[in-house]
Amino acid sequence: MQLTVEDTIQWLKQFNDRLSEQKDYLSQLDRAIGDGDHGINMARGFQQVAEGLDGDFDEVSDVLKKTATTVMSKVGGASGPLYGTAFLKMSMECKGKDVDAAVLADMVEAALGGIKQRGKSEEGEKTMIDVWAPVLGTLQEEDFDAERLKQTAEEAMQKTEDMTATKGRASYFKEKSQGHLDPGAVSSYYLFAELADVIGKGA
Amino acid sequence: MVGILLVSHSAKLVEGLDELLKQVVGDVSIVTAGGDEDGNIGTHFDKIQAAVEEAGSGDDGALVFYDLGSAKMNAEMAIEVVESEDVRLVSYPIVEGSYLAAVEASIGKSLDDILASLEKEFG
Repeated sequence: MQLTVEDTIQWLKQFNDRLSEQKDYLSQLDRAIGDGDHGINMARGFQQVAEGLDGDFDEVSDVLKKTATTVMSKVGGASGPLYGTAFLKMSMECKGKDVDAAVLADMVEAALGGIKQRGKSEEGEKTMIDVWAPVLGTLQEEDFDAERLKQTAEEAMQKTEDMTATKGRASYFKEKSQGHLDPGAVSSYYLFAELADVIGKGA
Repeated sequence: MVGILLVSHSAKLVEGLDELLKQVVGDVSIVTAGGDEDGNIGTHFDKIQAAVEEAGSGDDGALVFYDLGSAKMNAEMAIEVVESEDVRLVSYPIVEGSYLAAVEASIGKSLDDILASLEKEFG
């Protein structure tokens, strides 16, 4: 596996398309247990990301750094700092490197650490971390393939439905947050599903 | 004089608080960052970063109060980006905390003294 600059741009464009399609669904999930802005914030921010990807980039790290700064200033809410931090950490981790499977795992590990630190959160609190952590586990296996990456992310996302939120706006709902998917886990699933798609096509 | 920055999801909330503090305390430096970029309910990094730069431009530092989670996260990130050691984010009640800080700032207390008072009162 080798993720090139072109693959990375393709990944982010596909993620933007998915967010745009699912904007209303994500906001609907967020209205149930949050403030209802996840879909619109993510779609608006990544639209700007996608529009900024037509320039020349020397390496994957540069694409991710541009993404991070755009996400921080354009997404807003909690998702801006959290996704912004994730992309910034990934960018820093792969600076000067070709992105193979091992580097990708290190990038996701750095991003997960950044998300945990920024959100003062751990696994099991019904957040995006509950997708990122299992995905990291799969990426660290030597022989993972695209299909298993997607499947891991999807199953992890579905598991947030039964969890009780203890972090973020959803935590005010306590046990009432059960029975709802976490919107940040769903958007994280889209991110990794599109990554799996790009890897599956031969990245 | 130590400055005060109020970060909130709502522009009206911090406008009202700004009004309240100035009515009782008078001479105090208050910067607000309320709502998203269009003034709707939300938080916006660029706006908060600009407010951190403005609040931290004085000689005596500034205290940052926030309302809810993402206001805190955006303010933390803005302080890191601006790299201002004299701008401190505090997790005390935004109304009572900023009131105490405004009173102490107006009588010339230092950043560390105000932090100690906040900790004693709300810690």
